[in-house]
Amino acid sequence: MWRAPARVSILDVTAALREHGAVETDIERSRTGVAVPGETRVHRRRTGRAVAGVAGGVADHLGVPVLYVRVAFALLAALGGAGVVAYGLLWIFVPQVPADAPAPEVTGRERQQAFGLVALGAGLTIGAGTLSGTVNGWVAGATGVALVGAALVWREADQSQRRRVRGAVLGGGGRAAMIRVLSGAALVATGIAIFLISSIGLDQVQFALLAVVAALVGVAVITVPWWLRLVRDLGEERRARIRTEERAEIAAHLHDSVLQTLALIQKQVDAPREVLRLARGQERQLRSWLYGPSGYGRASAAEGLAGGSLADALTRASGEVEDTFAIKVGHVVVGDCEIDERLMAVVMAAREAMVNAAKHAGVAEVSVYAEVEAEKVTVFVRDRGKGFTPEEVPDDRHGLADSIRGRMERNGGEIRLRTAPGDGTEVQLHMPRAKVST
Amino acid sequence: MSEKRLVRVYLVDDHSMFRAGVRAELDTLTDDIEVIGEAGTVGEAVAGIGHLRPDVVLLDVHMPDGGGAEVLRQARKAYPEVVFLALSVSDAAEDVIAVIRAGARGYVTKTISSQELVTAVLRVAEGDAVFSPRLAGFVLDAFADRPGAAPISDPELDLLTPRERDVLRLLARGYAYKEIASELFISVKTVETHVSSVLRKTQLSNRYELSRWASDRRLV
Repeated sequence: MWRAPARVSILDVTAALREHGAVETDIERSRTGVAVPGETRVHRRRTGRAVAGVAGGVADHLGVPVLYVRVAFALLAALGGAGVVAYGLLWIFVPQVPADAPAPEVTGRERQQAFGLVALGAGLTIGAGTLSGTVNGWVAGATGVALVGAALVWREADQSQRRRVRGAVLGGGGRAAMIRVLSGAALVATGIAIFLISSIGLDQVQFALLAVVAALVGVAVITVPWWLRLVRDLGEERRARIRTEERAEIAAHLHDSVLQTLALIQKQVDAPREVLRLARGQERQLRSWLYGPSGYGRASAAEGLAGGSLADALTRASGEVEDTFAIKVGHVVVGDCEIDERLMAVVMAAREAMVNAAKHAGVAEVSVYAEVEAEKVTVFVRDRGKGFTPEEVPDDRHGLADSIRGRMERNGGEIRLRTAPGDGTEVQLHMPRAKVST
Repeated sequence: MSEKRLVRVYLVDDHSMFRAGVRAELDTLTDDIEVIGEAGTVGEAVAGIGHLRPDVVLLDVHMPDGGGAEVLRQARKAYPEVVFLALSVSDAAEDVIAVIRAGARGYVTKTISSQELVTAVLRVAEGDAVFSPRLAGFVLDAFADRPGAAPISDPELDLLTPRERDVLRLLARGYAYKEIASELFISVKTVETHVSSVLRKTQLSNRYELSRWASDRRLV
């Protein structure tokens, strides 16, 4: 009857292989997607920083010179220390840039300016505070000393995190680091002590209570970096576990499907028709897994009417014809609706039309197009094959008469046929939709 | 038409095996097309397009570092005369619509026959649009009148004319331009005009489905 397609296009085979690649790319994407959600996050600078790299990070993020950002922080510091608070909050909540990120060049002049502005900011805070009288000198001084101490300890924590990333926990001046941390802690303690001394005059109980609270605050302030690191490490670990599980699921699926099919294809190299059939079948399966209504790529599997929609039924029908007759059935469905008895008849008739095309038309490809409208459903099954003269079909051939026309008419639909020898065949199925009481 | 110009094609796909396959097919099948270069990454592609200024870029949709949409984003503004034809294994609506809205003049799937690929390349080189049946289906779907759909803000862009709808339906049914022309009793040139106009609407319309499909791929 009809000849097998003479060759399998390299496009077909590589397309099937390419599916495999597409999955890899997706894993790749989701991995980077989890680790760095968007490239637009603020990161504190590691190099060229005066205190913690916050100003540099903000400048990088906004695309303005770092000097402006530092001046802004220094000026804000005059407003009751708002700049200092903002800086501290950013320090806590903004992560550092990854250790392996390229570091921008820093000039000595920029560094000098930075330290000058830090001093200016500190001066402004204390000066403005005392001038406006909102804080008295004792409290301001105490807070200032404590802040400097906290800054020292936090800065050291940033450093040690970097060293850990580099894989040398104790390398590079462990003693100096220790001294810095201890002196930072001492400064915090001193600040708190000054504050307490200034509050002498309260009665004994109140003083004791205040001392305990102050000590707790001191410990909390000093240990902030370690708490933060703990939380971040936990999150990182969880993400890594999710990634591993996802990878395992994908690997298992690919092994069960794609690798098996590829093995089969290698054994069948001499039978192009069989290779095509395998490749198409595998492509369809993988596609529905990746993009289908209950597939991997869909978050809510329950949303689609799994198995219950016209589009799904048509997809299944054309898949079966593809598998059985080793041809390609390209199907396009516009709109969708839940399937009922009449529409099932349409699908069955369309399937029969596809089978006819596969058997008699002598082509490698059949197009199916279905459109769901408010009042009716239309399906077109078309091939560019040899066509035929309807009147000359022998009486003993039942396919068209019974399976297509009879089925459609019994359910209130109609069929139109367009064909001529050498001109291909198109079967048009029209079915009015049942009135739904919604 | 007078002397036919040689169409210079640039291939972008991260699989060298696929590039080799397409190159061999284009070389053996036609003398109207010359493959002048190929690239396997987004950066390489953008540099190559700037250097060689091809007529048509055959663009893979799925690649590391952002894929075809990223190439379009980086290269289209700088080289507006270069035409892009997207080529992909994916039939997912968000992929298809995303590259079209990023500026591709057409979309075909990789399972397309070699002869059809040649036709598609020549067609986009002429400035026309190329719709795979699947893409035509998506566009019809996106422009469909659904009860409860968002109100139309710009009728010029957000609605298809009945004629455009007819052409799209026939495209989705797998008809070639010539077949569509004879079916609708219009000239092939008119069919091309309709398809180009649909392409423009698909790229510019603010219809919810289109922008949603595109934003699923972080495009708008």
